[in-house]
Amino acid sequence: MLGFVGRRIIYLVPVLLAVTLLTFFIASLLPGDLAYAMLGDQATPDKVAALRHEMGLDLPVIWRYLHWLGDVLQGNLGRSFRTGETVADAITGRLPVSVELMLMAEITGLLIGIPIAIICAVKQGGAFDRIATGIAFGKLSIPAFMVAILMIYLFAVKLHLLPATGYVPFAEDPIGNIRGFILPALTLAFGEWPVLMRVLRSDMIATLQEDYIAMAKAKGLKPWRILLVHALKPSSLTLVTVTGINIGRLIGGALIVETIFALPGIGRLLVTAIYARDFIILQGVVLFVAAGFVIVNFIVDLLYAVLDPRIRHGRA
Amino acid sequence: MAALDLSIDTASVSPVRKRRFGNLFLIAAAWIVIVFVAAALANILPLPEPDHMDIGGRRLPPTAAHLLGTDNLARDMLSRLIFGARASLIVGLLAPVIGLGIGGALGMLAGYFRGRLETLIVGSVDVLLAFPPLVLALAVVAYLGQSITNLTIVIGFLSIPAFTRVARAATLSLAQREFVTAARALGATHLRILVRELLPNVFLPLLAFFLLAVAVTIVVEGALSFLGLGVPPPTPSWGSMIGEGRESLEFTPWLAFIPAVTMFLTVLAFNIVGDTLRAITDPRQGAL
Amino acid sequence: MNAAPLLSIENVSVDLPTPRGNLRAVDGVDLVLAPGQTLGIVGESGCGKTMLSRAILQLLPKKANLTGRVMFDGRDMVTLPREALRKLRGPSLAVVFQDPMTSLNPVLTIGLQIGETLQEHLGMDGSSAAKRSVELLAAVGIPAPEQRLKQYPHQLSGGMRQRVAIAIALSCEPKLLIADEPTTALDVTVQAQILDLLAREQRSRHMAMILITHDLGVVAGRTDEVAVMYAGRVVERAPTSDLFKRMRMPYSEALLAAIPKIDAPPHSKLPAISGRPPDPTRPIPGCSFSPRCRYVKDRCKAEKPALTTPDSANHQYACWHPLSLRERMSA
Repeated sequence: MLGFVGRRIIYLVPVLLAVTLLTFFIASLLPGDLAYAMLGDQATPDKVAALRHEMGLDLPVIWRYLHWLGDVLQGNLGRSFRTGETVADAITGRLPVSVELMLMAEITGLLIGIPIAIICAVKQGGAFDRIATGIAFGKLSIPAFMVAILMIYLFAVKLHLLPATGYVPFAEDPIGNIRGFILPALTLAFGEWPVLMRVLRSDMIATLQEDYIAMAKAKGLKPWRILLVHALKPSSLTLVTVTGINIGRLIGGALIVETIFALPGIGRLLVTAIYARDFIILQGVVLFVAAGFVIVNFIVDLLYAVLDPRIRHGRA
Repeated sequence: MAALDLSIDTASVSPVRKRRFGNLFLIAAAWIVIVFVAAALANILPLPEPDHMDIGGRRLPPTAAHLLGTDNLARDMLSRLIFGARASLIVGLLAPVIGLGIGGALGMLAGYFRGRLETLIVGSVDVLLAFPPLVLALAVVAYLGQSITNLTIVIGFLSIPAFTRVARAATLSLAQREFVTAARALGATHLRILVRELLPNVFLPLLAFFLLAVAVTIVVEGALSFLGLGVPPPTPSWGSMIGEGRESLEFTPWLAFIPAVTMFLTVLAFNIVGDTLRAITDPRQGAL
Repeated sequence: MNAAPLLSIENVSVDLPTPRGNLRAVDGVDLVLAPGQTLGIVGESGCGKTMLSRAILQLLPKKANLTGRVMFDGRDMVTLPREALRKLRGPSLAVVFQDPMTSLNPVLTIGLQIGETLQEHLGMDGSSAAKRSVELLAAVGIPAPEQRLKQYPHQLSGGMRQRVAIAIALSCEPKLLIADEPTTALDVTVQAQILDLLAREQRSRHMAMILITHDLGVVAGRTDEVAVMYAGRVVERAPTSDLFKRMRMPYSEALLAAIPKIDAPPHSKLPAISGRPPDPTRPIPGCSFSPRCRYVKDRCKAEKPALTTPDSANHQYACWHPLSLRERMSA
């Protein structure tokens, strides 16, 4: 187990370094100079030169990268030149919103996807299977922003059941908070379940052909026990991977849904930073989101070992 | 033995193929052609300019002058829809071409030469996959500035890893086949083997994947434009039309729904055509 | 064979639809097994012996079509409702599969895989099931059984895994155990141990057993009766000692000859059965073995011989030109 974790960590470090490099490189794509962008209308050659010097922009690029990397490793991602808020504060303030949204969406997606996948796998080729896989395939062509609009139109505009926008902190009004998350979470879950369902369905179909399932039947176990204990666990490796990737992706990646439903999460922070041309915040959020994505995937790899004892014992 | 296997093959595979090119496939292909022709002929068709504001009124229901009505700024919906198809198709087709070219070449090199080159290519491609694509696309467009060109380059760049994987997998399965060994034994150069022997065989799976990538690209472009960070206004795009229509969802929902349905049908059509081709050219099946 | 039969198979056929046409895996088989008796089913791979065992267990593939009657313990397995069938499996009818690598669930512990049958059928709670599991593992010769409960199948050797599978099969004291090539996937050195374990447990528990194998040597001395199968049909059936004394069917003889002899001179050629079993999707009119039979005559190719008892009530065979004692000695 320790050797397995060690091998994964050795792989993690260079990937994280590459992520910092790429983030730094993207920021340097900015035409002109950050100093110009920051000073805006007040940019005079003297002021720009002074700011450049102050920020170390006149140093060679490799020094700037190392300097920046050093700051990042100490947790210092800089400070917004518009609001003065530190990037770290901006992220920690919005992270709970994104995590709450992500959890609600992912759990809903799994609650929809897993039972459908199991039914489809058991009744493979039947009417339910064909309809469900058809819907799942069609769903892959409906992007989140379309679903969001449909949701708002149906539940907020027509039925007046749920608010389309309006975030309330959980501490102030728990019920209002949950109500505010239902539509965005459903929108995301609507995009999640077909993917989860397709993955689990095909793995489950393969598992149901295995000898140990015939063995479980021969043991006279109850059908639900065969499906949920004997078939689901060995079929869920890919499902766990995909769920993990989605979790990583939704932290910060739910930017469209967060923007449409005006939820102050990481994704919304990213979009507002772009609208405001707040490049320090933008760079910090991109780095956070990408590094978070890599680290979540790393944790998912470790989860594999929990699910499959063969990997845990180094027989992968 | 060989004759027997062959007879099984034709007996069991051909009915499946016939079914695969079913009505759904034909309808999807037809829809793609219609969208293509409309977008190509947008300038010739008798349409108002897409950014012309008709003094006649905003958010008009369909009339003879405006077959699909007018939008929030009194612009003709049908014209914007057809000119919007241009933006979607330009980005949607050109960006995957970048991925197809660069990713396909990298994948073939990795799958053919193996060794350190493969490790290097696969490794660097994996790093690119470490970024959530939409975030990366947004960030790059934000820094570089909004334009169709920048959008195409960024999304194309982001599609490289997927194409690399498909090309590498296909090349790997082909490189051990007899015809490659035979060509090598005859003294063919690496370049010749790659271009004359492998490329024609790798191309079909890549093409199938290309169509699926077009579907994804149209969605990504739509999402960015929906946020106002994609195709710069006033150039119409399906995504930005949906975004503008959202503001008046209460009174005139069709302003958002018409471009949404058009985009959904187009993406679905590319998915159907691509998936059909993928099922037919799957290298795993071909290897049997 | 006077007692009421525990299992009687009457005219059972199994058809499998394949892309190449209908495949008749089992073709009109009749078999009877009394309580506490052992029956060996012998034949080459593809002769239908595994499909026959799956038909008894009602574990046939979904597409398979079964005709005939399978009476077990006075009940017709084919028409038995699913829930009644489920309650029968485990306490009355158990199976050991060929490959313990694939028949044990790789992601569940040994303890769970034994204990769940005890909890399901005997109503035990977790701790008494664990206690009983340890006893069962010890009974099938697994050292340090307490530690095994927390282990996973891949941490055990092939022989140990098959012992676990046997412990699971025995856990609810079944009336009939079907062992489907239980040693084929194992090392030669442990094959005899597993077979002896099965024979010992069968005797001490007075359980009936069907031992399926491709090796006539395996059933000799371990079964009361042997049925030889070829191309989906039983071609010879006799009490084990009778069969080895007076083999009638040339196929049985060929199977026996294919076993390497320990006393054969070094470097002598192993007699193999020439050719391959017939394509089960293309039935042939005469005796199915006729294309490979060294004694084949014209009649064998034209007419299918029925399973009859020409010389003694216990010894059935299907052959137009059975081997007589004299012929066999000269052959």
